[in-house]
Amino acid sequence: MEWVNAVVQGTLLGGLYALFAAGLSLIFGVMRLVNIAHGDLIVLAAYLGLSATTLLGLHPLAALLVVVPAMAIMGYVLQRAILNQTLGKDILPPLLVTFGLSVIIQNTLLEAYSADPQKMNAGALETASFSAGGLSLGVLPVMTFVIAVGVIAGLQWTFYRTALGRAFRATSDNQEIAQLMGLNRRHIFGLAMALALAVTAIAGIMLGIRTSFDPSIGGGRLIFGFEAVIIGGLGNLWGTLVGGVILGVAQTIGAKIDPGWQLLAGHLVFLIILAVRPNGLFPRIGE
Amino acid sequence: MTPSDFHVTRSSSVTKIAAVLGLLILIILIAAPYWAGRADMRLMGELFLYLALASLWNLMAGYAGLVSVGQQAYVGFGGYMLFALTMFGGVHPIGAIVIAGFFGALIAVPVALLIFRLRGAYFAIGTWVIAEVFRLSFAQVSVLGGGSGSSLPVGIVRSLSSSRAGREHLSYWLALASAVIVIAAVYFFLRSRNGLALTAIRDNELAAGSLGIDIWRTKFVVYIVTAALTSMIGALIFLQKLRISPDAAFSVNDWTAFVIFIVVIGGIGTIEGPIIGTLIFFALRETLADLGTIYLMVLGVVAIVIMLKAPKGIWGLIRTRFDVELFPLSYRVKHSQTAQKD
Repeated sequence: MEWVNAVVQGTLLGGLYALFAAGLSLIFGVMRLVNIAHGDLIVLAAYLGLSATTLLGLHPLAALLVVVPAMAIMGYVLQRAILNQTLGKDILPPLLVTFGLSVIIQNTLLEAYSADPQKMNAGALETASFSAGGLSLGVLPVMTFVIAVGVIAGLQWTFYRTALGRAFRATSDNQEIAQLMGLNRRHIFGLAMALALAVTAIAGIMLGIRTSFDPSIGGGRLIFGFEAVIIGGLGNLWGTLVGGVILGVAQTIGAKIDPGWQLLAGHLVFLIILAVRPNGLFPRIGE
Repeated sequence: MTPSDFHVTRSSSVTKIAAVLGLLILIILIAAPYWAGRADMRLMGELFLYLALASLWNLMAGYAGLVSVGQQAYVGFGGYMLFALTMFGGVHPIGAIVIAGFFGALIAVPVALLIFRLRGAYFAIGTWVIAEVFRLSFAQVSVLGGGSGSSLPVGIVRSLSSSRAGREHLSYWLALASAVIVIAAVYFFLRSRNGLALTAIRDNELAAGSLGIDIWRTKFVVYIVTAALTSMIGALIFLQKLRISPDAAFSVNDWTAFVIFIVVIGGIGTIEGPIIGTLIFFALRETLADLGTIYLMVLGVVAIVIMLKAPKGIWGLIRTRFDVELFPLSYRVKHSQTAQKD
């Protein structure tokens, strides 16, 4: 039963990792951009949430109403002002520019909020639990998982059922022809980044309610998201959710064997999958 | 004018002057213990180690297209090898540095086989995962102090030299030697057959492949050689620090972020770039370091602006403006009798 519990808790943790990964997956799918600052943007969203709760007295979940639009606008501006200039055949500019961005965000947060770990106060929600099938489940982890499934279903629907999604897929397939068909790819990329950072905002708030955070943890969150994307297979959103779950389960089982093994177990499972299935479990975009 | 009046050469008067000046500067630097103060020597030693790291990262990213954000894996690995070999193997520290390089190359082989499956930017994050695995693994080794790390015993430090001045001079010379060896190694590698292949890959991977260059093998060799040398530099860095912990040894900021900024600001894909970048980085650091986090933000902004406005860095600007290079690497066509005008 202990092991079943570890697997269930790991699955729920995987929901959070899928939220970390969804934005990364979306950006890569639309413009082949890998955003090194992604983890720091998650942490930035958590801090914005913290400010919203302390300054406006909002509940962390209500803070989503402020933080999600704020991050989305930031994403659009960031893409149009800086990142669009880096896109091209050479992979170096986007990589190094987002790397510089990561250092800037990290140190801005350090300057504004200090290096002390912070946490959002969600009141009773943090400790609320219910029992199901002999297991005791936290309301917050279950809620995070449900939100993750909802977000991925929403992204999937946007991609395949809306005009915006069609524009995303067209620019992803062939930028020049999409441009000839009257799509402004700079605008489309801006919208894609806005959507990705809106998802990132949700990820940051859920992270900030669940655990304490400080400005330096962005890199670790980027790596979890990245591992979920690669395990699931590039460009496959449902695969990303599965990847997040596999990572979460590996970590909780690792932690059960030895607390020092939690993160290591996750990384090792990732490396094993990379060795056995280099394109991930459910690849969609072939290289 | 017939074709025989022309010949192709790599050297020019600028490279010859640069070689003579470089040699003079090197002699002055070797003599530093006789003219520089203790603090200056310490700073210069650190500068040389960063120069070596930057030149190695530049060889990988600027020439082989292997953009790694995980070189701290080998810096930390080399550092831990130094501690393990001297403390438990009874090896002399300088011998341990060489063996650390060998082990670095050895462990880089399976790592390369694994992460070479990832392309472009995903390769970059893959290298970071490897560095994390190294950090978490060394944090599990309790004989090396686990998560809190350990210090180098006094006896081992004494074995370098019995006097404090002697140790300081030796560690300065080791740092200088590492920078000279790395730059010389990169230079001769680029002038070799492999280097020509590498330059071709840098300029156009598809065309290089169609001319029969084994791209995978060339990149693999570069990755292994870089890992070995980076491990040796790492061992040297922690021989100077005398203390190691997983967080310090595998710090992405210290061993990768700064190195990337140095190369980008100086000029990626040139030997001169890292040299200029290191000088600028240390000049900025010495003037702005009191500002703490603001200094790092400024560094990030400078790197982004350079990447967007002058992607070839400061040396790139100088080179396009004046058409010079200090290391004779590219070929030029020269007229044999420049005095004769017709």
